[in-house]
Amino acid sequence: MEKQWEEMSSDEKQEELFAKWLSPKDPEGKDLKFQSPQAEKAFKERITRIKDAIQMKKLPDRVPVFVAPSFFPVYYAGITPQESMYDYEKCNMAFKKFVTDFEPDGHLGAYVPGPGKLFEILDYKLYSWPGHGVAPEQSYQANEGEYMTADEYDALIDDPSNYFSSTYLPRVFGALEGFKMLPALTGILEMYGVALNFIPFGLPPVQATYKALFEAGAEALKWIGAMGAWNGEITAAGFPLIVAGFTKAPFDVVGDTLRGTRGIMVDMYRQPDKLLEAMDRLTPLMIKMGVGAAQVNGNPLVFMPLHKGADGFLSDEQFKKFYWPTFRKVMMGLIAEGVVPMPAAEGHWTTRLEVVQDLPKGKTLWMIDQSDMVKAKKTLGKVACLFGNVPSDLLVVGTPQQVKDYVKNLIDTCAKGGGFIVSNGAFFDQAKAENVHAMVDAAREYGVYK
Amino acid sequence: MAGDLVNKLADLKEQEVIKIVKDRLSAGEEPLKILDDARKAMGVVGKRFADGQYFIPDLVYSGEILKAVTEMVKPKLAKAAETKRLGKVVLGTVAGDIHDIGKDIVVFMLDVNGFEVFDLGVDVPAQKFVDKIKESGAPIVGLSGFLTLAFDSMKQTVQAIKDAGLRDKVKVMIGGGQMSDEIKKYTGADAYGKDAMAGVTLAKKWVGA
Repeated sequence: MEKQWEEMSSDEKQEELFAKWLSPKDPEGKDLKFQSPQAEKAFKERITRIKDAIQMKKLPDRVPVFVAPSFFPVYYAGITPQESMYDYEKCNMAFKKFVTDFEPDGHLGAYVPGPGKLFEILDYKLYSWPGHGVAPEQSYQANEGEYMTADEYDALIDDPSNYFSSTYLPRVFGALEGFKMLPALTGILEMYGVALNFIPFGLPPVQATYKALFEAGAEALKWIGAMGAWNGEITAAGFPLIVAGFTKAPFDVVGDTLRGTRGIMVDMYRQPDKLLEAMDRLTPLMIKMGVGAAQVNGNPLVFMPLHKGADGFLSDEQFKKFYWPTFRKVMMGLIAEGVVPMPAAEGHWTTRLEVVQDLPKGKTLWMIDQSDMVKAKKTLGKVACLFGNVPSDLLVVGTPQQVKDYVKNLIDTCAKGGGFIVSNGAFFDQAKAENVHAMVDAAREYGVYK
Repeated sequence: MAGDLVNKLADLKEQEVIKIVKDRLSAGEEPLKILDDARKAMGVVGKRFADGQYFIPDLVYSGEILKAVTEMVKPKLAKAAETKRLGKVVLGTVAGDIHDIGKDIVVFMLDVNGFEVFDLGVDVPAQKFVDKIKESGAPIVGLSGFLTLAFDSMKQTVQAIKDAGLRDKVKVMIGGGQMSDEIKKYTGADAYGKDAMAGVTLAKKWVGA
């Protein structure tokens, strides 16, 4: 009899998730039909190559290659970011062209643009997007602010879900104003008094919010339908989507979209204990978020964009006190459930490498942007697979030969003994197509393990 | 006592700073002298940042404390303080890009190092840079950007400065997430600064300070 999930070790759970990733299903739950036997073979080879690089137990056949863009596929296909956000067919066409033209071993799907109409219905304030604060030909960008005020830590710590629904969400979505009037749902207990909890649902502002939610839900379904069809098609063509979902380091949860950069930095001085307590409170929630995504999608890789922990953003001491402990706890919680955390160390992380190497071997996959790769290989690279570092500026203004030379040097520096994947280092909007081709070609040309 | 305020603010001791300022104000001290000490302290903060002793949170927090001090002193101030400045700098995040953290740090560091900074904010059209250069006569321009999309905006901004006949009158520096010396060449700027301190060093060199 097969072992139950609860009885498995974390190694076995990871193997199980990789096995699921290797056997994709169609929407009816049957084995997905590949376009051709060659496509099926290529799909399995790609995942096996990635798996071997991550696990660091045996050498892959060659160094895998990812292309991890932001809006590049959209520009490359000749449409605008605005079109890609409002016309899902056009979006899918662009990302399909991108994947099939560049043939990376792993890609990030067509999720980058997202459903523009949904953001409109909900009156999303956290971002400016094409036609809403930025020009149609620009990518969306975040509007930083103190969406959580300095005196709200206790409310967040006491009941994070209720804090989000009654306070945070109405601030970042104009259409969710009605949530402010809702009671805490944990007050709905027994016959006596139960009806009182439902009074708010009869009030016009709450009903208007629910109306917006129904519309947003319908739009989200329409969007995910298009995305699902795209994934099925591109998987059937032999190209694996590398991420099951995402989660975040608790310091970034607070520092990115709740308190903002300025807010969290001042809190480190004015109310450090509250900040630490809030991050502890968020830790199990971030683990659940990642584990859930991996299980629903049958793929162990869960992305974690890292922001405020970069060199310069915190001192070494501040990093060790505020950033690393809960970030590590989230990763360890994910690893215990067979998930492969995939943190993206955006910007420079050279001074953090010695600290973050305190991880079990073969359990994480790190995207490295501009850190010192020699040092990265000697520290974090001993226990974790690394990918990235091909610079955005080189992809925009360099020549194909310069890109090839750069990738060759990276392979020489980092690929010995496995644990390395060729990729760009930062999510990019623009690049010369011939330079992106040169990056992929160089991995194939110089990355074969003999 | 004056040294106290400088040291306590440079060491980011908010409560003690507030108390000292309160005491000095109630003792009837000239508000300008208090502000002058605060400015000296910010100079120390800037130096510690440049030396790698302080990091971004320390800069941000020192700015918060300074804001509190200024708010306490302001009502007692007869007229705005006149300070001698090293030179003028026009600075902003280029068109299409709304990132401000890096730009704000550069503005802060230029300010505490004695420059008069005209901060144009984010998503600044090329023409706005040109207008401000004309109006202020600033000899230094700083272009900030985080996205690869900013490469072209920077190039267009440098071109607009050129078209306005101002290219010989200003030095242009660029900085931000994905910038480099290669991008400096691409945009036609004079220099790339890898961090806020590099920006200060460039500005000082250009004004001969």
